[in-house]
Amino acid sequence: MTEPLLTLRNLSVHYGNRHALQNVSGTFHKGSLTAVAGPNGSGKSTLLKVIAGVIRPDSGLIEFHQGIDGTMAYLPQIAHMQRDFPISVEEVVITGFYPERGEWNAIGRSHYDLARKALQDVGLSGYADRQVSDLSGGEFQRTLFARVIVQNAPIILLDEPFTAVDAETTARLIRLLLKWHEEGRTVICVLHDLLLIQKYFPESMVLQGKCLGSGHTHKLFEQKLLSFDLDMAELYPPDEPATHNHTHAHSHDA
Amino acid sequence: MTLDALLIEPFEKFAFLRRALVACVALAVGGAPLGFFMNQRRMALVSDAMSHAIFPGVAIAFLISGLGVWSLTIGGLTAGTLIALFSVFLSRYTQIKEDAVFTLLFLLSLTSGIVLLSLKGSNIDLMHMLFGDILAIDRDGLIFIAGVTLVTLITLSFIYRGLVLDCFDPDFLRASRRGKMTRQIFFVLFVVNLVAAFQALGTLMALGLMLLPAIASGFWTRRVNTAIPLSIGIAIVSSYAGLLISYYTNTPSGPVVVLFCALICLSSVLFGRCGSFVAGLRKPS
Repeated sequence: MTEPLLTLRNLSVHYGNRHALQNVSGTFHKGSLTAVAGPNGSGKSTLLKVIAGVIRPDSGLIEFHQGIDGTMAYLPQIAHMQRDFPISVEEVVITGFYPERGEWNAIGRSHYDLARKALQDVGLSGYADRQVSDLSGGEFQRTLFARVIVQNAPIILLDEPFTAVDAETTARLIRLLLKWHEEGRTVICVLHDLLLIQKYFPESMVLQGKCLGSGHTHKLFEQKLLSFDLDMAELYPPDEPATHNHTHAHSHDA
Repeated sequence: MTLDALLIEPFEKFAFLRRALVACVALAVGGAPLGFFMNQRRMALVSDAMSHAIFPGVAIAFLISGLGVWSLTIGGLTAGTLIALFSVFLSRYTQIKEDAVFTLLFLLSLTSGIVLLSLKGSNIDLMHMLFGDILAIDRDGLIFIAGVTLVTLITLSFIYRGLVLDCFDPDFLRASRRGKMTRQIFFVLFVVNLVAAFQALGTLMALGLMLLPAIASGFWTRRVNTAIPLSIGIAIVSSYAGLLISYYTNTPSGPVVVLFCALICLSSVLFGRCGSFVAGLRKPS
Protein backbone atom coordinates (compact mmCIF):
# COMPACT_ATOMS: atom_id res chain seq x y z
CA MET A 1 0.00 0.00 0.00
CA THR A 2 1.27 3.50 -0.84
CA GLU A 3 1.63 6.22 1.77
CA PRO A 4 -1.51 7.75 3.31
CA LEU A 5 -2.55 11.07 1.77
CA LEU A 6 -5.41 12.23 3.90
CA THR A 7 -7.18 10.83 6.90
CA LEU A 8 -10.73 11.55 7.97
CA ARG A 9 -11.29 11.46 11.71
CA ASN A 10 -14.84 11.20 13.04
CA LEU A 11 -16.37 13.63 10.59
CA SER A 12 -19.96 14.60 11.38
CA VAL A 13 -22.20 16.97 9.44
CA HIS A 14 -25.81 17.91 10.21
CA TYR A 15 -28.37 19.62 7.99
CA GLY A 16 -30.88 20.95 10.51
CA ASN A 17 -32.01 17.90 12.48
CA ARG A 18 -30.71 15.41 9.94
CA HIS A 19 -27.37 13.68 10.28
CA ALA A 20 -25.75 13.74 6.85
CA LEU A 21 -22.50 12.23 8.14
CA GLN A 22 -21.94 10.56 11.49
CA ASN A 23 -18.43 9.93 12.77
CA VAL A 24 -17.03 9.01 9.39
CA SER A 25 -13.39 7.97 9.51
CA GLY A 26 -11.14 6.60 6.83
CA THR A 27 -7.89 7.02 4.94
CA PHE A 28 -7.22 7.80 1.30
CA HIS A 29 -3.82 6.78 -0.02
CA LYS A 30 -1.62 8.68 -2.41
CA GLY A 31 -2.35 7.71 -6.00
CA SER A 32 -5.49 5.75 -5.11
CA LEU A 33 -8.63 5.64 -7.23
CA THR A 34 -11.56 5.44 -4.86
CA ALA A 35 -15.30 5.27 -5.44
CA VAL A 36 -17.58 6.66 -2.75
CA ALA A 37 -20.80 4.67 -2.96
CA GLY A 38 -24.11 4.45 -1.13
CA PRO A 39 -27.79 5.14 -1.63
CA ASN A 40 -29.27 8.61 -2.15
CA GLY A 41 -28.94 10.74 0.95
CA SER A 42 -26.15 8.61 2.36
CA GLY A 43 -23.78 11.57 2.64
CA LYS A 44 -21.54 10.88 -0.36
CA SER A 45 -21.68 14.39 -1.79
CA THR A 46 -21.47 15.86 1.70
CA LEU A 47 -18.27 13.91 2.34
CA LEU A 48 -16.76 15.17 -0.90
CA LYS A 49 -17.78 18.73 -0.06
CA VAL A 50 -16.15 18.45 3.35
CA ILE A 51 -12.91 17.16 1.80
CA ALA A 52 -13.06 19.92 -0.85
CA GLY A 53 -13.60 22.57 1.82
CA VAL A 54 -17.03 23.58 0.50
CA ILE A 55 -18.65 22.90 3.88
CA ARG A 56 -17.17 22.65 7.33
CA PRO A 57 -17.81 19.55 9.41
CA ASP A 58 -19.69 20.07 12.67
CA SER A 59 -17.08 17.90 14.33
CA GLY A 60 -14.08 15.83 13.37
CA LEU A 61 -11.15 16.75 11.19
CA ILE A 62 -9.27 16.03 7.99
CA GLU A 63 -5.54 15.45 8.28
CA PHE A 64 -3.19 15.86 5.35
CA HIS A 65 -0.05 13.87 5.84
CA GLN A 66 3.29 15.64 5.91
CA GLY A 67 4.97 16.52 2.68
CA ILE A 68 1.77 16.07 0.69
CA ASP A 69 0.68 18.69 -1.81
CA GLY A 70 -2.96 19.07 -0.81
CA THR A 71 -4.04 21.05 -3.87
CA MET A 72 -7.39 19.73 -5.07
CA ALA A 73 -9.45 19.93 -8.20
CA TYR A 74 -13.15 19.66 -7.46
CA LEU A 75 -15.89 18.83 -9.92
CA PRO A 76 -19.26 19.60 -8.27
CA GLN A 77 -22.58 18.06 -9.24
CA ILE A 78 -24.02 19.61 -12.39
CA ALA A 79 -27.31 20.12 -10.57
CA HIS A 80 -25.64 22.68 -8.30
CA MET A 81 -24.51 24.87 -11.20
CA GLN A 82 -26.38 27.54 -13.06
CA ARG A 83 -26.18 26.26 -16.60
CA ASP A 84 -27.94 29.20 -18.20
CA PHE A 85 -25.30 31.65 -16.98
CA PRO A 86 -23.99 33.58 -20.02
CA ILE A 87 -20.53 32.07 -20.14
CA SER A 88 -18.65 30.28 -22.91
CA VAL A 89 -17.07 26.83 -22.78
CA GLU A 90 -13.57 28.31 -22.85
CA GLU A 91 -14.40 30.74 -20.05
CA VAL A 92 -15.63 27.86 -17.88
CA VAL A 93 -12.35 26.02 -18.40
CA ILE A 94 -10.46 29.23 -17.61
CA THR A 95 -12.24 29.43 -14.23
CA GLY A 96 -10.09 26.41 -13.37
CA PHE A 97 -7.19 28.84 -12.93
CA TYR A 98 -9.06 30.87 -10.30
CA PRO A 99 -7.78 28.87 -7.28
CA GLU A 100 -4.21 29.53 -8.45
CA ARG A 101 -4.49 33.00 -10.02
CA GLY A 102 -7.18 34.57 -7.83
CA GLU A 103 -8.66 37.94 -8.70
CA TRP A 104 -5.67 39.90 -9.84
CA ASN A 105 -3.00 37.66 -11.32
CA ALA A 106 -3.12 37.78 -15.08
CA ILE A 107 -4.59 34.94 -17.08
CA GLY A 108 -2.65 35.14 -20.33
CA ARG A 109 -2.08 33.43 -23.61
CA SER A 110 -0.40 30.39 -22.03
CA HIS A 111 -3.50 29.77 -19.89
CA TYR A 112 -5.79 30.04 -22.90
CA ASP A 113 -3.53 27.62 -24.76
CA LEU A 114 -3.80 25.15 -21.88
CA ALA A 115 -7.57 25.55 -21.88
CA ARG A 116 -7.77 24.84 -25.63
CA LYS A 117 -5.52 21.81 -25.19
CA ALA A 118 -7.74 20.52 -22.35
CA LEU A 119 -10.83 20.96 -24.53
CA GLN A 120 -9.05 18.99 -27.22
CA ASP A 121 -8.31 16.22 -24.68
CA VAL A 122 -12.00 15.87 -23.83
CA GLY A 123 -13.05 15.95 -27.48
CA LEU A 124 -14.46 19.47 -27.48
CA SER A 125 -12.16 21.14 -30.03
CA GLY A 126 -14.13 23.83 -31.76
CA TYR A 127 -16.48 24.28 -28.79
CA ALA A 128 -14.48 27.06 -27.11
CA ASP A 129 -16.83 29.89 -28.05
CA ARG A 130 -20.08 28.01 -27.52
CA GLN A 131 -22.33 29.00 -24.67
CA VAL A 132 -22.61 26.39 -21.93
CA SER A 133 -26.40 26.72 -22.07
CA ASP A 134 -26.25 25.25 -25.59
CA LEU A 135 -24.38 22.13 -24.53
CA SER A 136 -25.84 18.69 -23.94
CA GLY A 137 -25.37 17.08 -20.51
CA GLY A 138 -22.42 15.06 -21.79
CA GLU A 139 -20.74 18.05 -23.44
CA PHE A 140 -21.15 20.10 -20.28
CA GLN A 141 -19.64 17.32 -18.18
CA ARG A 142 -16.71 17.10 -20.61
CA THR A 143 -16.23 20.87 -20.24
CA LEU A 144 -15.97 20.41 -16.48
CA PHE A 145 -13.45 17.61 -16.96
CA ALA A 146 -11.41 20.02 -19.11
CA ARG A 147 -11.47 22.43 -16.17
CA VAL A 148 -10.17 19.67 -13.91
CA ILE A 149 -7.35 19.04 -16.42
CA VAL A 150 -6.14 22.65 -16.36
CA GLN A 151 -6.12 22.63 -12.57
CA ASN A 152 -3.37 20.00 -12.77
CA ALA A 153 -3.98 19.04 -9.11
CA PRO A 154 -2.57 15.98 -7.34
CA ILE A 155 -5.97 15.33 -5.70
CA ILE A 156 -9.12 15.16 -7.83
CA LEU A 157 -12.61 15.08 -6.35
CA LEU A 158 -15.49 14.21 -8.68
CA ASP A 159 -19.14 14.36 -7.61
CA GLU A 160 -21.33 12.12 -9.76
CA PRO A 161 -19.43 12.90 -12.98
CA PHE A 162 -21.34 10.36 -15.08
CA THR A 163 -24.86 11.57 -14.31
CA ALA A 164 -26.89 12.30 -17.47
CA VAL A 165 -23.97 11.21 -19.64
CA ASP A 166 -24.30 8.70 -22.48
CA ALA A 167 -22.22 5.52 -22.67
CA GLU A 168 -19.75 6.87 -25.22
CA THR A 169 -19.00 9.97 -23.16
CA THR A 170 -18.78 7.89 -19.98
CA ALA A 171 -16.16 5.70 -21.67
CA ARG A 172 -14.19 8.77 -22.76
CA LEU A 173 -14.31 10.28 -19.26
CA ILE A 174 -13.38 6.96 -17.63
CA ARG A 175 -10.27 6.86 -19.86
CA LEU A 176 -9.30 10.30 -18.55
CA LEU A 177 -9.88 9.18 -15.01
CA LEU A 178 -7.67 6.13 -15.51
CA LYS A 179 -5.00 8.36 -17.05
CA TRP A 180 -5.02 10.54 -13.93
CA HIS A 181 -4.71 7.40 -11.84
CA GLU A 182 -1.72 6.24 -13.92
CA GLU A 183 -0.12 9.66 -13.46
CA GLY A 184 -0.20 9.05 -9.70
CA ARG A 185 -2.97 11.50 -8.87
CA THR A 186 -5.39 10.63 -6.11
CA VAL A 187 -8.94 10.41 -7.41
CA ILE A 188 -12.02 10.26 -5.17
CA CYS A 189 -15.24 9.87 -7.11
CA VAL A 190 -18.85 9.78 -5.91
CA LEU A 191 -20.95 7.52 -8.11
CA HIS A 192 -23.91 5.15 -8.12
CA ASP A 193 -23.04 2.81 -10.94
CA LEU A 194 -21.90 -0.47 -9.35
CA LEU A 195 -20.73 -1.82 -12.72
CA LEU A 196 -18.32 1.09 -13.11
CA ILE A 197 -17.21 0.79 -9.50
CA GLN A 198 -16.52 -2.93 -9.85
CA LYS A 199 -14.68 -2.55 -13.13
CA TYR A 200 -12.59 0.59 -12.70
CA PHE A 201 -12.24 1.52 -9.04
CA PRO A 202 -9.74 -0.53 -7.03
CA GLU A 203 -10.81 1.14 -3.75
CA SER A 204 -14.25 2.03 -2.42
CA MET A 205 -15.91 3.58 0.57
CA VAL A 206 -19.54 2.70 1.32
CA LEU A 207 -21.58 5.29 3.15
CA GLN A 208 -24.97 5.27 4.79
CA GLY A 209 -24.63 8.34 6.97
CA LYS A 210 -21.93 6.33 8.72
CA CYS A 211 -19.05 4.65 6.94
CA LEU A 212 -20.20 1.06 6.46
CA GLY A 213 -16.87 -0.04 5.07
CA SER A 214 -13.87 0.97 3.01
CA GLY A 215 -10.97 -0.72 1.29
CA HIS A 216 -10.52 -2.94 -1.74
CA THR A 217 -13.61 -2.86 -3.90
CA HIS A 218 -13.63 -6.63 -4.49
CA LYS A 219 -13.59 -7.24 -0.73
CA LEU A 220 -16.53 -4.90 -0.24
CA PHE A 221 -18.38 -6.90 -2.90
CA GLU A 222 -17.44 -10.12 -1.07
CA GLN A 223 -18.76 -8.65 2.17
CA LYS A 224 -21.99 -7.73 0.34
CA LEU A 225 -21.49 -4.08 1.30
CA LEU A 226 -21.50 -3.51 -2.45
CA SER A 227 -23.81 -5.89 -4.27
CA PHE A 228 -25.87 -6.08 -7.41
CA ASP A 229 -28.37 -8.27 -5.54
CA LEU A 230 -28.60 -6.18 -2.46
CA ASP A 231 -31.76 -4.21 -1.98
CA MET A 232 -30.35 -0.94 -0.75
CA ALA A 233 -33.35 -0.64 1.59
CA GLU A 234 -31.68 -3.37 3.65
CA LEU A 235 -29.07 -0.84 4.60
CA TYR A 236 -31.61 1.28 6.43
CA PRO A 237 -31.81 0.66 10.15
CA PRO A 238 -35.14 -0.90 11.21
CA ASP A 239 -36.25 2.14 13.22
CA GLU A 240 -35.95 4.43 10.21
CA PRO A 241 -38.41 3.57 7.45
CA ALA A 242 -36.87 3.77 3.97
CA THR A 243 -39.50 6.17 2.68
CA HIS A 244 -38.64 8.64 5.44
CA ASN A 245 -34.97 8.62 4.55
CA HIS A 246 -35.77 8.88 0.90
CA THR A 247 -37.68 12.10 1.37
CA HIS A 248 -34.63 13.72 2.92
CA ALA A 249 -32.33 12.28 0.35
CA HIS A 250 -33.66 14.44 -2.44
CA SER A 251 -32.89 17.71 -0.79
CA HIS A 252 -29.18 17.09 -0.41
CA ASP A 253 -28.05 14.44 -2.76
CA ALA A 254 -30.22 14.84 -5.80
CA MET B 1 -35.56 73.95 -33.93
CA THR B 2 -32.35 72.09 -34.80
CA LEU B 3 -31.62 68.56 -33.56
CA ASP B 4 -28.75 69.94 -31.44
CA ALA B 5 -31.03 72.42 -29.77
CA LEU B 6 -33.65 69.74 -29.22
CA LEU B 7 -31.27 67.21 -27.68
CA ILE B 8 -28.62 69.34 -25.96
CA GLU B 9 -30.09 72.72 -25.14
CA PRO B 10 -32.16 71.74 -22.09
CA PHE B 11 -29.01 70.41 -20.43
CA GLU B 12 -27.02 73.52 -21.38
CA LYS B 13 -29.73 75.74 -20.01
CA PHE B 14 -30.56 74.11 -16.68
CA ALA B 15 -28.03 73.04 -14.08
CA PHE B 16 -30.59 70.84 -12.29
CA LEU B 17 -31.03 68.81 -15.49
CA ARG B 18 -27.27 68.41 -15.84
CA ARG B 19 -26.99 67.29 -12.23
CA ALA B 20 -29.85 64.83 -12.76
CA LEU B 21 -28.14 63.43 -15.84
CA VAL B 22 -24.80 63.04 -14.07
CA ALA B 23 -26.55 61.35 -11.12
CA CYS B 24 -28.37 58.94 -13.43
CA VAL B 25 -25.22 58.11 -15.40
CA ALA B 26 -23.34 57.45 -12.15
CA LEU B 27 -26.17 55.25 -10.88
CA ALA B 28 -26.19 53.39 -14.19
CA VAL B 29 -22.45 52.76 -14.22
CA GLY B 30 -22.38 51.45 -10.66
CA GLY B 31 -25.81 49.86 -10.37
CA ALA B 32 -26.33 48.07 -13.69
CA PRO B 33 -23.44 45.58 -13.17
CA LEU B 34 -24.87 44.74 -9.74
CA GLY B 35 -28.31 44.34 -11.31
CA PHE B 36 -26.79 41.94 -13.82
CA PHE B 37 -25.48 39.66 -11.08
CA MET B 38 -28.71 39.90 -9.06
CA ASN B 39 -30.67 38.90 -12.15
CA GLN B 40 -28.31 36.02 -12.89
CA ARG B 41 -28.76 34.77 -9.34
CA ARG B 42 -32.52 34.80 -9.95
CA MET B 43 -32.82 37.37 -7.19
CA ALA B 44 -34.96 39.97 -8.95
CA LEU B 45 -37.71 39.47 -6.37
CA VAL B 46 -35.19 39.66 -3.54
CA SER B 47 -33.82 42.88 -5.04
CA ASP B 48 -37.31 44.33 -5.02
CA ALA B 49 -37.80 43.35 -1.39
CA MET B 50 -34.39 44.79 -0.49
CA SER B 51 -35.14 48.09 -2.19
CA HIS B 52 -38.09 48.46 0.15
CA ALA B 53 -36.25 47.01 3.13
CA ILE B 54 -34.13 50.15 3.40
CA PHE B 55 -37.23 52.33 3.74
CA PRO B 56 -37.95 51.99 7.50
CA GLY B 57 -34.29 52.73 8.29
CA VAL B 58 -34.32 55.79 6.07
CA ALA B 59 -37.57 56.93 7.68
CA ILE B 60 -36.10 56.61 11.20
CA ALA B 61 -32.96 58.47 10.08
CA PHE B 62 -35.19 61.21 8.64
CA LEU B 63 -37.13 61.47 11.92
CA ILE B 64 -33.89 61.84 13.83
CA SER B 65 -31.86 64.13 11.61
CA GLY B 66 -33.79 65.19 8.52
CA LEU B 67 -32.69 64.69 4.93
CA GLY B 68 -28.92 64.42 5.49
CA VAL B 69 -27.21 62.13 2.99
CA TRP B 70 -25.08 60.27 5.51
CA SER B 71 -27.78 59.69 8.13
CA LEU B 72 -30.14 58.37 5.44
CA THR B 73 -27.35 56.09 4.20
CA ILE B 74 -26.59 54.68 7.65
CA GLY B 75 -30.32 54.21 8.32
CA GLY B 76 -30.84 52.47 4.98
CA LEU B 77 -27.83 50.20 5.38
CA THR B 78 -28.83 49.19 8.91
CA ALA B 79 -32.42 48.43 7.94
CA GLY B 80 -31.37 46.58 4.77
CA THR B 81 -28.94 44.39 6.71
CA LEU B 82 -31.42 43.66 9.53
CA ILE B 83 -34.22 42.77 7.13
CA ALA B 84 -31.87 40.52 5.11
CA LEU B 85 -30.80 38.71 8.29
CA PHE B 86 -34.44 38.43 9.35
CA SER B 87 -35.35 36.87 5.99
CA VAL B 88 -32.56 34.29 6.46
CA PHE B 89 -33.90 33.54 9.95
CA LEU B 90 -37.48 33.07 8.69
CA SER B 91 -36.39 30.85 5.80
CA ARG B 92 -34.18 28.69 7.99
CA TYR B 93 -36.33 28.26 11.08
CA THR B 94 -39.87 28.29 9.70
CA GLN B 95 -41.60 26.58 6.81
CA ILE B 96 -42.56 29.80 5.03
CA LYS B 97 -41.86 29.68 1.29
CA GLU B 98 -39.10 31.91 -0.03
CA ASP B 99 -41.27 34.13 -2.24
CA ALA B 100 -43.72 34.52 0.65
CA VAL B 101 -40.86 35.73 2.90
CA PHE B 102 -40.07 38.50 0.47
CA THR B 103 -43.70 39.48 -0.03
CA LEU B 104 -44.10 39.70 3.74
CA LEU B 105 -40.91 41.72 4.25
CA PHE B 106 -41.61 43.96 1.26
CA LEU B 107 -45.03 44.97 2.64
CA LEU B 108 -43.78 45.13 6.23
CA SER B 109 -40.94 47.47 5.26
CA LEU B 110 -43.00 49.70 2.99
CA THR B 111 -45.90 50.15 5.40
CA SER B 112 -43.75 50.58 8.51
CA GLY B 113 -41.69 53.18 6.64
CA ILE B 114 -44.83 55.11 5.68
CA VAL B 115 -46.22 54.96 9.23
CA LEU B 116 -42.90 56.05 10.74
CA LEU B 117 -42.64 58.93 8.30
CA SER B 118 -46.18 60.07 9.00
CA LEU B 119 -45.21 60.61 12.65
CA LYS B 120 -43.26 63.72 11.70
CA GLY B 121 -42.99 64.26 7.99
CA SER B 122 -45.42 65.90 5.61
CA ASN B 123 -46.99 64.41 2.51
CA ILE B 124 -44.22 66.06 0.49
CA ASP B 125 -41.59 64.20 2.52
CA LEU B 126 -43.49 60.98 1.96
CA MET B 127 -43.65 61.57 -1.80
CA HIS B 128 -39.95 62.42 -1.79
CA MET B 129 -39.13 59.15 -0.03
CA LEU B 130 -41.39 57.04 -2.23
CA PHE B 131 -40.60 58.54 -5.62
CA GLY B 132 -37.41 60.53 -5.03
CA ASP B 133 -36.76 63.82 -6.77
CA ILE B 134 -34.03 63.51 -9.28
CA LEU B 135 -34.20 67.15 -10.28
CA ALA B 136 -33.57 68.20 -6.69
CA ILE B 137 -30.23 66.35 -6.38
CA ASP B 138 -27.82 68.82 -4.80
CA ARG B 139 -24.03 68.91 -4.77
CA ASP B 140 -23.76 66.69 -1.67
CA GLY B 141 -26.15 64.16 -3.13
CA LEU B 142 -24.20 64.12 -6.38
CA ILE B 143 -20.88 63.63 -4.60
CA PHE B 144 -22.39 60.79 -2.58
CA ILE B 145 -23.76 59.03 -5.68
CA ALA B 146 -20.50 59.50 -7.60
CA GLY B 147 -18.55 58.22 -4.57
CA VAL B 148 -20.74 55.13 -4.34
CA THR B 149 -20.18 54.46 -8.04
CA LEU B 150 -16.43 54.83 -7.71
CA VAL B 151 -16.28 52.50 -4.70
CA THR B 152 -18.56 50.03 -6.50
CA LEU B 153 -16.37 49.87 -9.61
CA ILE B 154 -13.15 49.54 -7.63
CA THR B 155 -14.64 46.83 -5.40
CA LEU B 156 -16.11 44.97 -8.37
CA SER B 157 -12.69 44.87 -9.98
CA PHE B 158 -11.42 43.10 -6.83
CA ILE B 159 -14.21 40.51 -6.67
CA TYR B 160 -15.25 40.13 -10.31
CA ARG B 161 -13.90 36.64 -11.02
CA GLY B 162 -15.24 35.33 -7.72
CA LEU B 163 -18.60 36.92 -8.40
CA VAL B 164 -18.90 35.18 -11.78
CA LEU B 165 -18.02 31.88 -10.12
CA ASP B 166 -20.41 32.51 -7.24
CA CYS B 167 -23.23 32.84 -9.78
CA PHE B 168 -22.21 30.01 -12.08
CA ASP B 169 -20.65 27.46 -9.75
CA PRO B 170 -20.73 28.48 -6.07
CA ASP B 171 -19.37 25.15 -4.77
CA PHE B 172 -16.29 25.50 -6.96
CA LEU B 173 -15.71 29.00 -5.55
CA ARG B 174 -15.87 27.68 -1.99
CA ALA B 175 -13.60 24.77 -2.83
CA SER B 176 -11.05 27.23 -4.27
CA ARG B 177 -10.57 28.63 -0.75
CA ARG B 178 -10.60 32.10 -2.25
CA GLY B 179 -13.23 34.82 -2.44
CA LYS B 180 -14.74 33.83 0.92
CA MET B 181 -16.33 37.24 1.42
CA THR B 182 -17.44 37.71 -2.19
CA ARG B 183 -21.15 37.25 -1.51
CA GLN B 184 -21.16 39.48 1.57
CA ILE B 185 -19.21 42.24 -0.18
CA PHE B 186 -21.59 42.05 -3.13
CA PHE B 187 -24.58 42.33 -0.80
CA VAL B 188 -23.15 45.42 0.93
CA LEU B 189 -22.43 47.00 -2.47
CA PHE B 190 -25.96 46.27 -3.56
CA VAL B 191 -27.53 47.89 -0.49
CA VAL B 192 -25.23 50.93 -0.72
CA ASN B 193 -26.22 51.38 -4.37
CA LEU B 194 -29.87 51.04 -3.43
CA VAL B 195 -29.44 53.82 -0.89
CA ALA B 196 -27.71 55.97 -3.53
CA ALA B 197 -30.47 55.27 -6.07
CA PHE B 198 -33.03 55.95 -3.37
CA GLN B 199 -31.83 59.59 -3.15
CA ALA B 200 -32.70 60.07 -6.81
CA LEU B 201 -35.55 57.70 -7.55
CA GLY B 202 -37.18 56.98 -4.20
CA THR B 203 -37.85 53.63 -2.61
CA LEU B 204 -40.39 52.55 -5.23
CA MET B 205 -38.12 53.05 -8.24
CA ALA B 206 -34.61 52.70 -6.83
CA LEU B 207 -34.19 49.39 -8.63
CA GLY B 208 -35.24 50.85 -11.99
CA LEU B 209 -31.77 51.66 -13.36
CA MET B 210 -30.17 48.63 -11.73
CA LEU B 211 -32.34 45.69 -12.64
CA LEU B 212 -34.34 46.60 -15.76
CA PRO B 213 -31.27 47.20 -17.98
CA ALA B 214 -29.77 43.93 -16.73
CA ILE B 215 -32.92 42.02 -17.63
CA ALA B 216 -33.03 43.73 -21.05
CA SER B 217 -29.39 43.00 -21.90
CA GLY B 218 -29.94 39.27 -21.36
CA PHE B 219 -32.21 39.25 -24.41
CA TRP B 220 -29.52 40.72 -26.68
CA THR B 221 -26.31 39.01 -25.67
CA ARG B 222 -25.29 35.81 -23.95
CA ARG B 223 -21.79 36.85 -22.99
CA VAL B 224 -21.13 38.16 -19.53
CA ASN B 225 -18.42 40.48 -20.89
CA THR B 226 -20.85 42.20 -23.24
CA ALA B 227 -24.02 41.94 -21.14
CA ILE B 228 -22.64 44.19 -18.38
CA PRO B 229 -21.53 47.08 -20.67
CA LEU B 230 -24.82 46.74 -22.56
CA SER B 231 -26.76 47.00 -19.27
CA ILE B 232 -24.86 50.18 -18.44
CA GLY B 233 -25.53 51.54 -21.94
CA ILE B 234 -29.26 50.85 -21.71
CA ALA B 235 -29.41 52.57 -18.31
CA ILE B 236 -27.56 55.64 -19.64
CA VAL B 237 -29.72 55.92 -22.76
CA SER B 238 -32.86 55.56 -20.63
CA SER B 239 -31.63 58.28 -18.29
CA TYR B 240 -30.86 60.73 -21.08
CA ALA B 241 -34.05 60.01 -23.06
CA GLY B 242 -36.21 59.96 -19.94
CA LEU B 243 -34.92 63.31 -18.70
CA LEU B 244 -35.38 64.88 -22.13
CA ILE B 245 -38.91 63.52 -22.55
CA SER B 246 -39.91 64.62 -19.06
CA TYR B 247 -38.54 68.09 -19.83
CA TYR B 248 -40.57 68.50 -23.02
CA THR B 249 -43.73 66.84 -21.73
CA ASN B 250 -43.58 68.44 -18.30
CA THR B 251 -43.89 65.08 -16.57
CA PRO B 252 -42.04 63.85 -13.43
CA SER B 253 -38.45 62.99 -14.39
CA GLY B 254 -37.70 59.95 -12.21
CA PRO B 255 -40.77 57.96 -13.29
CA VAL B 256 -40.21 58.87 -16.97
CA VAL B 257 -36.59 57.67 -16.80
CA VAL B 258 -37.67 54.36 -15.25
CA LEU B 259 -40.64 54.09 -17.63
CA PHE B 260 -38.35 54.52 -20.62
CA CYS B 261 -36.06 51.86 -19.20
CA ALA B 262 -39.02 49.54 -18.60
CA LEU B 263 -40.14 50.01 -22.23
CA ILE B 264 -36.65 49.11 -23.49
CA CYS B 265 -36.79 46.06 -21.23
CA LEU B 266 -40.22 45.06 -22.53
CA SER B 267 -39.13 45.57 -26.15
CA SER B 268 -36.08 43.40 -25.49
CA VAL B 269 -38.21 40.63 -24.00
CA LEU B 270 -40.44 40.73 -27.09
CA PHE B 271 -37.97 41.48 -29.88
CA GLY B 272 -34.48 40.70 -28.54
CA ARG B 273 -31.98 38.42 -30.24
CA CYS B 274 -31.88 35.64 -27.63
CA GLY B 275 -34.81 34.06 -25.85
CA SER B 276 -37.36 36.72 -26.81
CA PHE B 277 -40.85 36.11 -28.19
CA VAL B 278 -39.69 36.89 -31.75
CA ALA B 279 -36.53 34.77 -31.37
CA GLY B 280 -38.81 31.93 -30.31
CA LEU B 281 -40.86 32.31 -33.51
CA ARG B 282 -37.69 32.12 -35.63
CA LYS B 283 -36.56 28.82 -34.09
CA PRO B 284 -37.14 25.79 -36.29
CA SER B 285 -39.82 23.60 -34.73
